[in-house]
Amino acid sequence: MSARLEGELLEVSMGPQHPSTHGVFRMNVALDGEIVVKLKPVFGYLHRNHEQIGERTSYLGTMPYTDRLDYFNSMSNNWGYALAVEKLAGVEVPERAQYLRVILAELSRLQNHASLLGFLLSDMGAWGTPLMYAFREREKVLDLFESLAGSRMMCDYMRFGGCRVDADAAWMERAKKIVYDFPRFLDEFEELILENEIVIARTQHVGRVSAELAISAGITGPMLRASGVNYDLRKVDGYGFYPRFKFRIPLGEHGDTYDRLMMRVLEMRESIDILKQAFEAITPGPITNPKVKVRGFRPPAGECYGRIEGPKGELGFYLISDGTGTPYRYHVRAPSFINLTILEDMCLGHTVADVMVILGSIDIVMGEVDR
Amino acid sequence: MSEGVDEGLRSELQKQGVWVTSMQELYNWGRKNSIWPLQFGLACCAIEMIATAASRYDLARFGGEVFRPSPRQADLMIVAGTVTKKMAPQVVRLYNQMPDPKYVIAMGACAISGGPFKQGYNVLKGIDRYIPVDVYIPGCPPRPEALLHAFMELQRKIDEQKLTGAGKAEFLKPQQPSEFPVPAFGAHDLQPPSNPDVFRPPHLERA
Amino acid sequence: MESLEQIKSRIEAAIAGASVTIVPNPGPANQPSLLIDNEHAFAAVQFLRDDAELRLDYCSSVTGVDWLDRTVKKTVKVKEIVDGVEKEIDRAEEEKIPGYLEAVYHLYSTVRKHGPVIVRMRTTDRLDGAHLPSMTPLYRSAEFQEREIYDLYGVTFEGHPDLRRILMWDEFEDHPMRKDYVQPDDFEYEPTPHDEVLERAKEHYSERPTIDGAEPVSTQP
Repeated sequence: MSARLEGELLEVSMGPQHPSTHGVFRMNVALDGEIVVKLKPVFGYLHRNHEQIGERTSYLGTMPYTDRLDYFNSMSNNWGYALAVEKLAGVEVPERAQYLRVILAELSRLQNHASLLGFLLSDMGAWGTPLMYAFREREKVLDLFESLAGSRMMCDYMRFGGCRVDADAAWMERAKKIVYDFPRFLDEFEELILENEIVIARTQHVGRVSAELAISAGITGPMLRASGVNYDLRKVDGYGFYPRFKFRIPLGEHGDTYDRLMMRVLEMRESIDILKQAFEAITPGPITNPKVKVRGFRPPAGECYGRIEGPKGELGFYLISDGTGTPYRYHVRAPSFINLTILEDMCLGHTVADVMVILGSIDIVMGEVDR
Repeated sequence: MSEGVDEGLRSELQKQGVWVTSMQELYNWGRKNSIWPLQFGLACCAIEMIATAASRYDLARFGGEVFRPSPRQADLMIVAGTVTKKMAPQVVRLYNQMPDPKYVIAMGACAISGGPFKQGYNVLKGIDRYIPVDVYIPGCPPRPEALLHAFMELQRKIDEQKLTGAGKAEFLKPQQPSEFPVPAFGAHDLQPPSNPDVFRPPHLERA
Repeated sequence: MESLEQIKSRIEAAIAGASVTIVPNPGPANQPSLLIDNEHAFAAVQFLRDDAELRLDYCSSVTGVDWLDRTVKKTVKVKEIVDGVEKEIDRAEEEKIPGYLEAVYHLYSTVRKHGPVIVRMRTTDRLDGAHLPSMTPLYRSAEFQEREIYDLYGVTFEGHPDLRRILMWDEFEDHPMRKDYVQPDDFEYEPTPHDEVLERAKEHYSERPTIDGAEPVSTQP
């Protein structure tokens, strides 16, 4: 049969209330039968005016707000913001604080990637079970955050030129135990899920992104590296103490959903390596820079763009200071938001059921997308 | 608790192996132990809501694990997170689509009052401007235990609802609206900015 | 990477008529930027992207900035004749800088692993018709970010394939990130108001009917 039945396109509004849109994301999808022919994302359902509030608040006052950007990774967000302000004001960070930052950022990468795997498999129809396993591991890391910073999710931990509280020896021991135990979860998870025939059928050759398109679209993080582009800010910028650690950057070959899924698993193993080295290298010492004023902190006039490799991609903060206590302009370069740029290109020609899987593999958090 | 049955007689009968109950008690017992929440997360609090439903906190112990993606099958709306002005009409519409009896938990500072984002131009200063709320949980985000507490409070509230008489539950009164007007997108703000039938801001005496 | 002066002279050599100014950034961050005139900005950024040395293939961040009308106070030396003698004296002068909207692009290279080269463009005024050339045909990553600037700052990007509001609803008329935006007044109930918010909340307190619960609130602000 070569003749095709020509019918009307079916327009579906997926979201903002949808079990698999990771919050309040919405897509206006046009379907030809089951095949996606057009997809327009609609944003703004969680636009909380983060940037404007940041321009009204003191530099330090914005720190707790950054927790609520990507609410899975408050530690990484804190670091990104602290890094940008430290660059703006020319602040040095003591050694122990640098190690603590690496440890906490890598711990949040672990729990972010673990949760992502759970959510992604939920989107694929493995409803509940993988998420339960992932959240079991996540809770362990959250316990660490809680005993250190006082809060499970909104840690508000980093300060300009250091960290807020020090981790004691008992905390380090607990963290070590969790990190050394973590590969067991990964082995179990890989065995249980990643060799599963259905997972492979649902993810391989789905939502392919070429390296050229990924770079042009500003894709960053595991999603860019799944397309085979070796660009990890921990290596490129070498911020913090990352140049002191030995770790590899996993790269994908096909840029499909399966590669993006595997990227997270492999990155978790590298994070564990970094953590093990950090536990060995960390030495006692001060965790704050005494030269930094907590009250009345005023960076000199100027501007600065600081970025870190967050678990979701390049998290950048652009600050313009006019010499007063509040930034003149405060802009967040959110990886989740920009990684969505080519969602339509990825979904075209796939079935509507694949849209959820592709979206899940991008790893978005609405707090960061809409800010 | 039960109307008309003497507690002493009831306990006496129970010793004899006769269990006496009332329609209301049975009905409320069934309702409160199978509350189906709407699977609907808005922001950060939704992650804690998921954590509550996941392995460690296990909302299933209280009969609330059946998260329904469709409002038509849900009894409880957990407003978990910041309600923006762009999202508010959708939240009200979802509430309207839920069948009676329906309950609302405002989870977190944002859902209660706008929370830390209260001064944002696109943030609704509390979901209770448009729909009635049964239980408020403060916190940013509230811990899973706090959500469990709210859930138990809601169960208590359901258990105390009367089916007959002057003090019968609101949802049984035919004149009580179960749907509320959906705000429209205006040129500068939502129209209307709040529903005066629902929202009565407390009066504060202040110098 | 080459210095910004070299990049500037190479752009000016490659694109006839392009006017490139280096905007200094004196702070410790030391990230000066290139201000390119709107007419040649597209060609200049294309040159930056395709040049074999620079290969700035990755546009990381696009930011809108609103600069209000400013007056800058400075002292200028002027020659004046005082008591028949020509003297050089300092006189305080105020220079009025009219407001403009700005788009800032942070360009990096994934191949050469260098950057950022910061490119700025400025509109001529802050009126409704403020427009800039769109970089979306060069970098897909600018697509949503330019839409965001259009939404929140009201800059029209010419050449953008799909310029619509992105964060606010379509019926919304204001540009809320502009510095002179006035929020809708819905602070009537504020448990712990202070400063500016207290002033705004107070206006509502007097309008409120007498005691809570006695009579329903009939008028909402």
